[in-house]
Amino acid sequence: MSQAQATEGHQQHPLTLYLWIWLVLFVLSAFSYMVDFFHLQGMLRWTLILLFMTLKAGLIVAIFMHMAWERLALKFAILLPPLCLFVLIGFMAIEGDYTFFTRGSAFIR
Amino acid sequence: MAHDAQVAALPPLKSVVSDFAADKQAFQVPWGKAMMWIFLLSDTFIFSCFLTAYMNVRMSTMVDWPNPSQVFALHMFGQDIPMVLIAIMTFVLITSSGTMALAVNYGYRRDRRRTVLFLTATAALGATFVGMQAFEWTKLIMEGVRPWENPWGAPQFGSAFFMITGFHGCHVTAGVIYLLVTAKRVASGFYDRKGSYETVEVAGLYWHFVDLVWVFIFAFFYLW
Repeated sequence: MSQAQATEGHQQHPLTLYLWIWLVLFVLSAFSYMVDFFHLQGMLRWTLILLFMTLKAGLIVAIFMHMAWERLALKFAILLPPLCLFVLIGFMAIEGDYTFFTRGSAFIR
Repeated sequence: MAHDAQVAALPPLKSVVSDFAADKQAFQVPWGKAMMWIFLLSDTFIFSCFLTAYMNVRMSTMVDWPNPSQVFALHMFGQDIPMVLIAIMTFVLITSSGTMALAVNYGYRRDRRRTVLFLTATAALGATFVGMQAFEWTKLIMEGVRPWENPWGAPQFGSAFFMITGFHGCHVTAGVIYLLVTAKRVASGFYDRKGSYETVEVAGLYWHFVDLVWVFIFAFFYLW
């Protein structure tokens, strides 16, 4: 193992770390399921869904995909470009809202 | 390697400048890993486009969106349990992510037997997931869900559902094949001869990404 560590040691982490993250992901999934099971509604529902989703996604990318230990150059190259998706989401939200409004004024008597 | 050690000692932002200004290569990782990350980045955009399109049609429809909690309920033990199959699918996929992480770890420890074991377990869990998804599709199709209509509300529900979960299911299926090929190569000692188990980690990146996408689909399509 010492030889393997010398050559590939940068992504060699203790097993307990993975098992802990695994457990946390299970608990977070159970929490998101509970949001639906207990019929939470409105702002509380959406906030909790987004919170659990972000935590799960962050843990998977950071620990399971080892992004936390990669060099900053790779982190920037992979994690920054998706931010421009917020522009797309923003535009499409405005567009969807507008379509809804237009349909409402054109088709509902 | 000397350059590597020098750069590692730099403050983080300066290391970025140094990496991108290098004459030879920007990413100090095996090329397979860099290419897999870039592929996953492109895949992120594809799935984001699907989810954004889904948001757009759901916002603009005049008809009520079908309630996923009821649509995906299963009748078990004499009562309707909301979303029970989707919850099980989520747990199966997260379990498979855990076994995948262990496979990568044992690969780096040069423990060939356990690496094969956990890779095969991951593939088996992935196949289970696809099986349950096939069951879900069959059930909804029998109930009359089509890409253009469904019995409960906005017709766009069907097209969004089949497109998003179908594309994800294809990724899982491809991942199962990918993992089995990798497991076979580990078993044959291919990576021992090559002297590196990085390929197992690269396969792991793909598999974790499939789980990652499901996290978003679960949140936006099933729970929202």
